[in-house]
Amino acid sequence: MEKFQTVISRPAPLDSSNVDTDQIIPKQFLKRIERTGFGQFLFFDWRFNDDGSINEKFILNEKRFEDSEILLSQENFGCGSSREHAPWALRDYGFKVIISTSFADILFNNCFKNCILPIVITEEKLDYLFKSTLEFEDYQVKVDLENLILSDNKNFTEKLDIDPYRRKCLLEGLDDIALTLIHEDKITLYEKASIE
Amino acid sequence: MRPKTLFDKIWETHIVHEEAGKPTLLYIDLHLVHEVTSPQAFEGLREAKRKIRRTDKTFATMDHNVPTIDRNNIKDPISAQQIETLEKNCKEFGIELFDLASPYQGIVHVIGPEQGLTKPGSTIVCGDSHTSTHGAFGALAFGIGTSEVEHVMSTQCLWQNKPKTFEVQVNGKRPKGVTAKDIILSIIGEIGTAGATGYVIEYTGETIRNLSMEQRMTICNMSIEGGARAGMISPDEITLNYLRDKPRIKTLNNLDSLMDDWIKLASDEGALFDETLKLDATKIAPQVSWGTSPGMVTGINNKVPNPKNFEDPVKRKSIEDALAYMGLQADTSIEDIKIDTVFIGSCTNGRIEDLIAASKIIKGNKVSSKVKAIVVPGSQVVKYQAEKLGIDKIFKDAGFEWRESGCSMCLAMNPDKLSPGERAASTSNRNFEGRQGKGGRTHLVSPTMAAAAAINGRFTDVRSFDVDLGEY
Ligand code: SF4
Repeated sequence: MEKFQTVISRPAPLDSSNVDTDQIIPKQFLKRIERTGFGQFLFFDWRFNDDGSINEKFILNEKRFEDSEILLSQENFGCGSSREHAPWALRDYGFKVIISTSFADILFNNCFKNCILPIVITEEKLDYLFKSTLEFEDYQVKVDLENLILSDNKNFTEKLDIDPYRRKCLLEGLDDIALTLIHEDKITLYEKASIE
Repeated sequence: MRPKTLFDKIWETHIVHEEAGKPTLLYIDLHLVHEVTSPQAFEGLREAKRKIRRTDKTFATMDHNVPTIDRNNIKDPISAQQIETLEKNCKEFGIELFDLASPYQGIVHVIGPEQGLTKPGSTIVCGDSHTSTHGAFGALAFGIGTSEVEHVMSTQCLWQNKPKTFEVQVNGKRPKGVTAKDIILSIIGEIGTAGATGYVIEYTGETIRNLSMEQRMTICNMSIEGGARAGMISPDEITLNYLRDKPRIKTLNNLDSLMDDWIKLASDEGALFDETLKLDATKIAPQVSWGTSPGMVTGINNKVPNPKNFEDPVKRKSIEDALAYMGLQADTSIEDIKIDTVFIGSCTNGRIEDLIAASKIIKGNKVSSKVKAIVVPGSQVVKYQAEKLGIDKIFKDAGFEWRESGCSMCLAMNPDKLSPGERAASTSNRNFEGRQGKGGRTHLVSPTMAAAAAINGRFTDVRSFDVDLGEY
């Protein structure tokens, strides 16, 4: 897996709660059999009008958020299905960090497998980030996973609380399966002990 | 000894490796595979030249994409490719596949229990969030992403952080017309769609104990809609009776001793949960969802909420957005909402008891001339059972379409879709925007409520029908 590096970007503010996986990537795009190329379908029904033209009113389509690598969203981001197509689409579109007050369990998990860092912060701080990114033209947020610091170019700093094991996996781009196979002997022992 | 929960017992017996500060490596007893979340996992195996570790614990079926009319003629070339890819992959890697020609094909969470693949005390995963269904048997069953599918394929294990436990206790006699679907919808309405995030729910209490296995599956199925990692119910005699004659169970040669073990898995008296919620079943009315998330739900005799009554700005905005998408005015009576389509099916409510109950409401009635109604049995076995009972005729005579099994309009990856603005009463589990077709409006209900809505063309209190639904 690719290694997670420090991200500096203006965050894109998606002001919705319970953004579900059907919104992140509608099911008509789940039929591909590759892992790549899903970014074009991200938030499809919001980004595009019925006739296929770009929905100018959708916040992510605004020029100033076009190259965002950080997504802000309200509570319970990513609820719904287990489809990994959701993080594939987010990552392929360009998002490396998602910040919310809470995440759905499976999506949270899937993010770490795809070099995306989901960050949980308080409502108050999230409000601040939402406000700032809309307000300041030069606004930027920095996510430094190595030193566990979330900061901006105003005077906000926040210590990140990330599971140390997951942090290590992200920073080193470790392959989960290879890590598990270190325990091959234990798996075999378990199998021998539990003859069904 | 400290009393243990069902979850504790399963967790402890599946630990392969544990070390401080890291997730636990858990052994997986059953891996179910379907066509949508598996192709990239197989591809990963091929690239890394890995094999499937335990083909005897891995089973596949195709369900999400399959057409429900002419299943041998898949018009969408990409759907067809995904189905063919699964066939090829299963052949190459040596996995048993319940394919479209199999009389046992069906929605993955319907056929697992039906075939007796689902066993109490086991760990079960599938690249699908509704894997929680299998928890009804006292299993620890949860959905995983494609990376994890690949991980289980090659190691038969999974890294898991230990979730917390949440007891949802339901007591009291269910009023007539109130089904398992209404219970789970009202639980989600109560705790919210993220209320159980980070937890595994165990459903307890006399109301749950009195439910049939199929009803218990309906409850566990929607645990994920409350944010839970999994939902489970302790095994009892009802569990064992259901399992006894299932194809892959009845042939086990140590069945009696296994059954003794299974019963002992039940949570011990006095076992502690991290969180508890108590619910009174006598107060539950038939439920109808009005919004775009399963927690946006209310009783049939109530009204659509008014965002003005909510102070929290995030909540108010989400209600406003939902009403705009659903094309509903605040304060509309639920019974005044007219519908265009009825869908009876899915892994939540596509089993035989669901179809029998709905058919009792339908019998002797006609589907409203303004409504298009379809029944999609959860599996080919369910379809066959129903046809043997003559239920298909009841539905067809009333004006329903009777289809082949699959996920169908639950997520509309096959040709069964809502058009923009079309409003459906659906027995499935998600009312997200666009879930049943772009711009489609979904109201989640029980099968009997869906049947009542089909007849009247609007939501109707099923309790006004003078029909004996037995224990359903
Ligand atoms: S019926 Fe619906 S919820 Fe169930 S597995 Fe199929 S798509 Fe998923």
